[in-house]
Order: sequence, then C-alpha cells, then structure tokens
Amino acid sequence: MTVLENAVLGGRPAGLTTLAFDETDTRARVVVVGNGMAGARFVEEVLDRDGGEHFALTVFGDEPHGNYNRIMLSPVLAGEADEADIVLNSHDWYAERDVDLRAGVRVERIDTAAKVVHAADGTATPYDHLVLATGSHSFIPPMTGVRTADGSLLDGVVGFRTIDETRQMLAASRTHRKAVVMGGGLLGLEAARALQAQGMEVELVHAMGWLMNAQLDVEAGGVVRRSVEELGITVHTGAMATEVLSARVQGTDRVAGVLLKDGRRLDCDLLVVAAGVRPHTDVAVRSGIEVERAVLVDDHLATDVPDVYAIGECAQHRGTVYGLVAPAWEHATVLADRLTGTDPDAAYTGSRTATKLKVAGVDVAVMGVSTPERDSDEFLVISEPKRGVYLSVVVRDDLLIGATLVGDTRKVAFLTQAFDRGTPLPPERIRLLVDLSDGDAEVGVAEMPADSQVCNCNGVSKGAICGAVAEGCTSLPKVMDATRAGKGCGSCKGLVQKIIEWAADGELTVEESASWYVPGVPMPKSELIAAIRSEDLRSVSAVFERLAPGGADDAKSKMGLVSLLRMVWGSEYVDEPDAKFVNDRVHANIQRDGTFSVVPQMKGGVTTPAQLRKIADVAEKYEVPMVKVTGGQRIDLLGVRKEDLPKMWADLGMPSGYAYGKSMRTVKTCVGSDFCRFGLDDSTQLGIDLETRFQGVESPAKIKMAVVGCPRNCAEAYVKDVGVVAVGAGRWEVYVGGAAGASVRKGDLLATVTSTEEVMTLVGRFLQLYRENGNWLERTYDFVPRWGLDRVKETLLEDAEGICADLDAGIQRSIDAYTDPWAQDLATPSSPGQFRTSLPLTVLPQVPVR
Amino acid sequence: MTTALQSHVVGRVDEVPVGEGRAFTVGDTSVAVFRLRDGSLRAVAASCPHAGGPIADGQSDARVVVCPLHLNAWRWDGTPTTGAAPLPVYAVREQDGDLVVEV
Repeated sequence: MTVLENAVLGGRPAGLTTLAFDETDTRARVVVVGNGMAGARFVEEVLDRDGGEHFALTVFGDEPHGNYNRIMLSPVLAGEADEADIVLNSHDWYAERDVDLRAGVRVERIDTAAKVVHAADGTATPYDHLVLATGSHSFIPPMTGVRTADGSLLDGVVGFRTIDETRQMLAASRTHRKAVVMGGGLLGLEAARALQAQGMEVELVHAMGWLMNAQLDVEAGGVVRRSVEELGITVHTGAMATEVLSARVQGTDRVAGVLLKDGRRLDCDLLVVAAGVRPHTDVAVRSGIEVERAVLVDDHLATDVPDVYAIGECAQHRGTVYGLVAPAWEHATVLADRLTGTDPDAAYTGSRTATKLKVAGVDVAVMGVSTPERDSDEFLVISEPKRGVYLSVVVRDDLLIGATLVGDTRKVAFLTQAFDRGTPLPPERIRLLVDLSDGDAEVGVAEMPADSQVCNCNGVSKGAICGAVAEGCTSLPKVMDATRAGKGCGSCKGLVQKIIEWAADGELTVEESASWYVPGVPMPKSELIAAIRSEDLRSVSAVFERLAPGGADDAKSKMGLVSLLRMVWGSEYVDEPDAKFVNDRVHANIQRDGTFSVVPQMKGGVTTPAQLRKIADVAEKYEVPMVKVTGGQRIDLLGVRKEDLPKMWADLGMPSGYAYGKSMRTVKTCVGSDFCRFGLDDSTQLGIDLETRFQGVESPAKIKMAVVGCPRNCAEAYVKDVGVVAVGAGRWEVYVGGAAGASVRKGDLLATVTSTEEVMTLVGRFLQLYRENGNWLERTYDFVPRWGLDRVKETLLEDAEGICADLDAGIQRSIDAYTDPWAQDLATPSSPGQFRTSLPLTVLPQVPVR
Repeated sequence: MTTALQSHVVGRVDEVPVGEGRAFTVGDTSVAVFRLRDGSLRAVAASCPHAGGPIADGQSDARVVVCPLHLNAWRWDGTPTTGAAPLPVYAVREQDGDLVVEV
C-alpha cells in the first residue's frame, strides 16, 4: 500500500527530479551543497545573471522537498499558512531551468584535491566551483533520557527547523494535549504560540532570566512575557531542564515530561526543543576546510580551499555567524555577482542586522545594541508594560547605534534608515520613538526617502516598490512578484501595501481576484452573467471551457457556477451532477459521519396529524438515530444512510424542504390572527404563500424568511433575510438583510405595503436583485449594507434603475423552473450510483439511536 | 507501511460517472475512484485523514479533490493544499472496461 505519509513539498507527481549528467556539456560545473534559504537563493541569483549559459548547476538537498521558506514554518504550524504557500521553488522549477536537484541526498565529504563531491547515495560529482550552504541544525542540549539507545531523539521530542518537524508537531497537536517548549527565543516563542493556537496546553521553559535575552533587555523581555502569558501560555524563566522523562505507550517509549534542575516536574506528551541552532559544519570538517564556530570565509565568501565557498548560516565572516535570512541572501547575491562575472569586484563586508518580526502575536523590531555601553551613550526608553509596549533607542555621537521596539513598530522605517545609513537624528530624541505632532500621525510613506529599506529580508527599498508600481504593478501580489518585497518573513506586507497605495495614488490597488464571483473564472459577477448570456453557456463545463484560463475546471468554483447558471437559465440550464456539491446531488445535508439529514417541506411550519404519523413511521422503519424539531419550524431526521434516501422519500411522499441548499430554505410563521389574541393579520397564510412561491429558489447564500402577525415578533421576522410584520389595518412591513446566526443584525425596513400581493411582488424583486448582484456566499446582511439601503429602496420601489420588470421576469423564470428534487430523482436517478455509500467499510450511522 | 502492491478489479469503469467519484473496497481498504472530465482515472483513500470524511462524495477538478465535510483539498499526488495530513493515493487504470486498482 502506497501511503504518502511524508508528502514532498513542491514535488512532482511523476517522481522526483533526476537529470543525467551530460558528458559533452562544456559549461563550468557549480555544485551547491544545501537547498535551503541560502543555497536556493544563490541558484536563483546565478540564473538571474544568465548564469545558466555558462554554468551547469547541481544542488544537493538533505531534505526531499523543493526549496521552501523556512521563515514561514511558524504560520504553517499555527494553521495560518498552507504548506503549499511556502514553497519557493518546486522540483519542476529546477527541472525547467536545467538545474540538477538531488533532493534527499546528503553529501558525505568533498575531495578538494580531486574536486569531487561524494554523496551518501554513492555518487561522485565533479565540480569547478563548490558552494557550501549547509545551514544549521537544532541544538539539542544534553539532558538525561532525551535520546534513545540508538542515539535518535525520544518519540515526542522534536526540533523546530524543517517542514517534517513541523508536520510532526501538527500531527502531535491533533492526538496529544500537553506541550513543553524548551527555549524562549524567537523560535521557541513562535512554536509555543502556534501549538497553543492548535489547541494544545503549552508551557515554555527558558534557561535564561528573561525571554528573547539575545535580542532584548530585561524590561523588554518582560513586556513580551506578559503578552505571551496573556495568550494562556505558562512561562518558566531561569529554568533548566535536566532530564526528559518517558513512558511506554503502545509498545514504544514516548516523552512524558521534563524534570527541571530545581526539582519541578512538567508533564507533557510533546517536547519541542528550540534552544538555538548550530551551523552544519561536518561536511566541511571532514573535507579539511577551516572551521571555527562555522566555516571561515573572507570578504569574497571564499574558504581557505580554492574554489570552495560558504554562504548563509554555515559561514563565519569576520567573526560573525548570522542567523537571519537577510545576510544569507546578501551572501548569495555577492557570490553570484563574483562567480558570474557580473561584478567581479563584489565583496561582502558584513551586515548590520535589523529585524522586524511578530513574536507570539507581538510586533518586535530590533537593531544594533539593546542597552548603552558607554557613559556618553544616550539611552531613551518608553516603557508601558500595561499596554504591552516597550521602546528604546541608543544614540552615540549623534548616530543611532541600537533600537528596540516591542508592541509598537510604527517608527521602524525611520529608525532602520537612521541605523543603516547614519542619517541625521532629530534633536528632540523623543521624536525617534513617538510622533509628537498629533495632526498627521502617519508620517509614514509619503515622507520616507526613496532609498529607505522596506523589506529587510530582501533588501527592497521604497524606490524599488514605486518603480514596480510605475511599471504597472498595482496590486500587492504583483509588486511582491516583481520586487520580492514581502517574500521573506512577510512582516512588511502592510507597509508595502501602503506604499503601493500611495505610489498608485489610489488607482487600481485592489487585487483583481477579490472581485471575481468564483476563484476559477476571472470575472466579476456582472461580467460573468453577460458572458454566459452572450456565449449561450448553459452548463458548468461549458463555462470553464470558454471562460476559465486554459479551460481548466476548478472544484471550488463549481457550486457557485451551478447557482448562477440556474438563475440565468431557469429550466434551460443543463445539469451536470459533478458540478454540484454532494448536498445538491442527493438533496440532503451531509453530516459529520457521512450520513445525511432529511427535512421534508412543512410550509410555514404548519403540519397535520397524518403528516406527523407518516414521519414517525418512516423514522422507525429506517431507525433514524435522531428526530429533531428545527429552528426553521420543521422536522429533521438525522443520521440517514445515503442509500436509504430515495426509499425514505418514497415512503414520506412529501417534497424536499431544501434544508441543504444555498437557496430559499423556509418561512417561519406565528399563528397570526386565526388563534392569537394579539394577531393583527393572517401571517400563517402569508408565510405558506411565500414558501409556495419561492420554494427552492437558488441564491448566492441561504435565505431564511419569517412572517409575524404583530410586532411581538414571535417568529423572529426582524432578524431574517426577509421578514414580514403585520402592523394592522391590512398593512405589512417588509424587512430585509436581517440575521440571527454568527452575525446578528436587525433587518432594514424596505417598505410598508398595504396588501399581501404587494408583499409577494416586493419580496420577489428583492430576491432577484440579491440573486443577480450578491457575491457567492454573501448573505443578505452583507449585501444590503454593501449596496446601500437607499439604493435598494430606489431600485425596487421607484424603479430608479429601470430594472423592475426584468427582476420580476427573472424571479418568475426560476419559480417556473421549480421541481421537487425528491420526486424527480426518485423517478430517474441523476447519475449511476447517485445514492451509493461513499464509506463502504464504515458502519453508519455512528451515532447511537436515541 | 509498505507491502507488495497487487492489482485488483474493483468494478466497472462505467460505475463511475464522468466528473464524479465512487467508493470501492479491496479487502479492508476502501478506495475512492474518480473519473475526471478528461476521462482519466484517479484513486485515493475513501476517507479523509482529517475527520474520516467521505472523499467519494467530494468535488474534484484536474488538479485537486475536495472533501465535502470541511473542504480540505488534496492534489492528485496526495499532497494537501489546506494543511491537512496527506491523502493516500493508489494507482488505477482501465482494463477492458474493468477498474483496476493497485493496493
């Protein structure tokens, strides 16, 4: 059985990339060891300089994946980003560019005399230039019991460095409850927040006195701690774990807790070790390349061995080993400049690192030193622990040499500029941290100098973003593609967006796709309707064929298109079962165990003893696990097997109540004037009439209606998509856009009319206006405010847009097309196996019969 | 878990309408087979790794299949696009009108 337990990120369905080495290739051979942030970027930079013509590139990657954005693992762990979103370069990308990617192949050693790379798969790859970009690995501090006898980590102990480790944690978060995260630095905090977001109970153990001690001073660390604790994470600082405890679970030993030096024991079933990283230097050491803390390189990124270079976190330059992406990418650029000859004199002289990131939900920016070092240093601090804000700057000889911003990073652009370039500082130093003029608080983008750096990861300036806008990129994704701004940690995206808006002067700044009716067809609804009419497209497959890019179908667009086509064509719509969501294919609402719920129509919530008797008989015959009175005034039979659906419909002999569709569902009523002492009019009959007229009419989202016989509102008409209220003397108020679900909104009074005929006409017009103009899945409570109540009134009551006759005809077309889906599919199934079980080995229902 | 794969005839191709999915069993394994709009066949696990949802009831296109319960989606190589665990995939082919799945 092939089970993809470890899917390959950016992999190719046909298998992983392998290219044969061509003996006749006369290009210089460049071998890159490491396919992470630095190695892959180097390959990109070489290709950008047309290096593909002169160099044959081979990349070894320890992981089986394409190249992915390691910085984004925290959002993936937190469930905020999709794995697919963090792929930078897929296997296809390498193949298309003729780069030989050896993914999942570890390099053992380099014979620097023969200039050959020996890999664990037994291959020997000759090189002319070799680039080490081996990165770092998680540091696992020595603790009793952390490893098993064979040296591997105990089950349930995981580092936080790779996508595979992230997947392990995600899997554990589903099956386990308690996590201990070791390490209160960036990674540890991110892991703790993400696991907490996944529903785990998280304790954070940090050996030092305060959180993020490498970047922050004690006070700023305290502010971060408070914010982390507010998330519900327990923090232990000054706590050293000395032993990892295990317990035997289903035949294997798994982590059960950690023992702290002070004797305390913390129970857990997942232990994340994020206590720092160490450069991967074993290949270099084995190959006789000079290594101190990392591989030593000069200003040309060259090691002490000819034609061997090192970049990224595995390199040590002028005594510094960097752990951030920006310097790694600078290395890649400088080395690509030199090797390709684009700039033979390019040199790397070190990075002044400024970071801006979000730690456990808190914005943090740090650059340079965090505290004064000399008596003459100026030190300005604003500390508001209650608000979670800590700001400080260190100034020496009128130059900014350090800044720490926690909880408020509005001034980061200016400070980065001052830090990087030594720009003059305001004489009132407080202006470095706060804007004293309260008039125009957003000093922001307009006043930023063009060369001010916006994206620290990719070194993109405001000027470069403005340049991209001038060349026609007027949305965030386009500018990101063109400049790489925001493609590292992503924390600058908000600022990039603001600059785009400013540079484009309000023109075309909305991402086009936001206006599309469905994601798979690039058109807004009105344009799409026009195209469907003019090209006479009557089925979903025809729409994809003619209007989708490349004619490609899109699963997540199908349901919306069915709804739209039904509205446009009524009975002339050409049905395709595969275009419909399962609920619409079997006319029932799918439940969590794969069974369905059956709700017969019960107009206005009025039933009869005979109907109730029939429902009771059917419920007993099919052993329905639950019979429930719904909020929509009807009866729900829950836990029905798919294969029983048609038999139940036949036995019931009642029409579908449409409790599953994006359509008109039900009309609730009160007993009105027939029985109620207070009833002002016959709400029951009007409700039945409304349900009869508009039954099954499909719409952008579900429509719930109610009619009440007086303003006491017993059937909750004020909070329905369409609500009708009798106010006496034959007058009715019609409300639209109400809701009492996740959103609660009282409907807007559309009109007060004097007959039930007028109610029917007005409701029909409103429904059709909504059906033609509502976005897919946009409920009326969003649609009405979006369109504007005044415009809705003018359109429907005064015919200000001259469309009332069309609206009336449109809704009538759908009313005429109504057929009871139960009766219809009972007569002829819509496709073979329409009611076959989809979980053949599962005994359904999985709910006990009450 | 990897054992030698064996070919099994699970049914007839015309049991799977174009564009839809149907579930079949091979021993104690249940498989959802889809016939895409271009006529090609795909086979994946019948229940989703996230909540046991009935994949054969899901909608699909040339690129992905979508689980009807929570709308998680997987590419046809089983890799998720919505952060769920990967979906097992199986080789499937047509042979004289029979559906042959390798499990």
